[in-house]
Amino acid sequence: MRITQGTFSFLPDLTDEEVEAQIAYALRNGWSIAVEYTDDPHPRNSYWEMWNLPLFDLTPDQADVAMREVAACRERFPDHYARVVAYDASYGRQTTALSFIVNRPAHEPGFRLERADRHDRAIDYRLHAYATDVPAGHRYGGRQAGG
Amino acid sequence: MAATNGNGTKRKDRWSAGVSPYAEMGYYDADYEPQDSDILAAFRVTPQPGVDPVEAAAAVAGESSTATWTVVWTDRLTDHRHYQAKAYSVEPVPGAEDQYIARIAYDLDLFEEGSIANMTSSIIGNVFGFKALRALRLEDLRIPPHYVKTFQGPPHGIVMEREYLDKFGRPLLGATVKPKLGLSAKNYGRVVFEALRGGLDFTKDDENINSQPFMRWRDRYLYSMEGVNRASAETGEIKGHYLNVTAATMEEMYERAEFAKELGSVIVMMDLTVGFTAMQSMSKWARTNGVILHLHRAGHSTYTRQKSHGVSFRVLAKWCRLLGVDHVHAGTVVGKLEGDPRNTKGYYDTLRENFIPENPEHGIYFDQEWASMPGVMPVASGGIHAGQMHQLLGYLGEDVVLQFGGGTIGHPMGIGAGATANRVAVEAMIQARNEGRDYFQEGPDILARAAKGCPELNAALEVWKDITFEFESTDTPDFAVTPTLA
Repeated sequence: MRITQGTFSFLPDLTDEEVEAQIAYALRNGWSIAVEYTDDPHPRNSYWEMWNLPLFDLTPDQADVAMREVAACRERFPDHYARVVAYDASYGRQTTALSFIVNRPAHEPGFRLERADRHDRAIDYRLHAYATDVPAGHRYGGRQAGG
Repeated sequence: MAATNGNGTKRKDRWSAGVSPYAEMGYYDADYEPQDSDILAAFRVTPQPGVDPVEAAAAVAGESSTATWTVVWTDRLTDHRHYQAKAYSVEPVPGAEDQYIARIAYDLDLFEEGSIANMTSSIIGNVFGFKALRALRLEDLRIPPHYVKTFQGPPHGIVMEREYLDKFGRPLLGATVKPKLGLSAKNYGRVVFEALRGGLDFTKDDENINSQPFMRWRDRYLYSMEGVNRASAETGEIKGHYLNVTAATMEEMYERAEFAKELGSVIVMMDLTVGFTAMQSMSKWARTNGVILHLHRAGHSTYTRQKSHGVSFRVLAKWCRLLGVDHVHAGTVVGKLEGDPRNTKGYYDTLRENFIPENPEHGIYFDQEWASMPGVMPVASGGIHAGQMHQLLGYLGEDVVLQFGGGTIGHPMGIGAGATANRVAVEAMIQARNEGRDYFQEGPDILARAAKGCPELNAALEVWKDITFEFESTDTPDFAVTPTLA
């Protein structure tokens, strides 16, 4: 399966040029850029690991600086999910403005849906990511450059 | 009745028994300077022939505040000037000979804190049936922060909803299950599952799906949640189905909402037909229980659509934001239902922005300050399809739920394919916009390119390529008489 979290997951994987264009758009809007990664794809996993601190002070022509962080994260965690998160700190928003996946494992085993019968035909649903059957850091083949 | 039309009535003492013109009783005051804490109203007044517009405006102020048809001495037991609403401006509407915009100020003391039922009972309570008026329309209200702050507002708001759903940077996508009536619960859940698995974020009960003989509410909830959870497992995304909790009594609405929550639904919905008090009660429930609250504006066109009489949707939008919903249907511009582009922009701004400046071009009569009350996510639903994605994004922006009912379920390759077509179209359009392309003009080309790698989108563009709904709007800003669709 293909996890379709993030803004562009229904399109073919973005090329580096396309990723950089989206970062440039975010910077033109005055948003900061962060790179995050995880090997726990549960949709309620709100806190992916932060790849360094968010880049708050980039100017609109510095998308290449953020791209270097994307590349470094991919290199370090080639079998993890990684995403670019653009954050809008302006009053009234103060939230993520754009978030899209820029790296994903070669094989995505997906989720098992567990059902537990409860009273009166009601069912308790649990989503279980197959990948999380093994410890963090050893999932999706466990390749970690230098790790 | 001569006494109320202001013509030829002999001026009498303010307090002598009998009938006096409203204007002379203080309900018209051209020198009144509205206070920051006043509620201000703009009414479109069409007086009966021969009725002086100033007297008509004063009558509206009177009948929507303290007055009755004759002088009462008991007014003298109060500081009556304080409680009188004051018409402070009456101006003819350009291009409409018999219509006037009357601006009326109401002191904050006239209203119970945090009660839409009370505000509406005052401002639109009796006055719309007043004989001296041929027609009356409430065009806009200025709700001061002093009053805004007495309301809960949206249970979650746009920002919290996006964080809760983990979906950013693009319109959300939904579909209303069709046919709206007749499906059994199991068949119904199939539509939910296919549409969500195919790429939509939400599916939706229709307004009139409650608990009928062909499908009882509890069965629908169970099968719909099976569909929601299956789709979530196949995509790794948060998915939701708006379970309609509309029912005959508040007790039943709570019962249904509680069950939806127990099943893990992220969202429930209700219909405008349940009334302001029921909606406000559900809003409190939704805040307490962490469930997103969607409102279907069923019935609103009975009073929002005609330009000369009723209540503008921009007023209803303000009441909805105050009483507190997370979603409300607000028009599509390009779809099958009424929606002038400029007025619709005014509604969307009213729902989403923190400050909306007076702007006659968008039908906004007053500055509106929301004092940080979270925004409501507008919903565009009714006769829209993937081929219009550039127009939808251009007119409606990013913080919106685009609901493609027929435009998903009617897809020639199936429901899932219809959903995929819509999702690919919106992502391709957002990508192009962010890359700096003139997506509004180049929209068809952007979609055609995206369709090369997506047979589902290709089929959608083919089957609905010529479908548009071009009719003249009945409700337009006076500023711009002729609506234009690009």
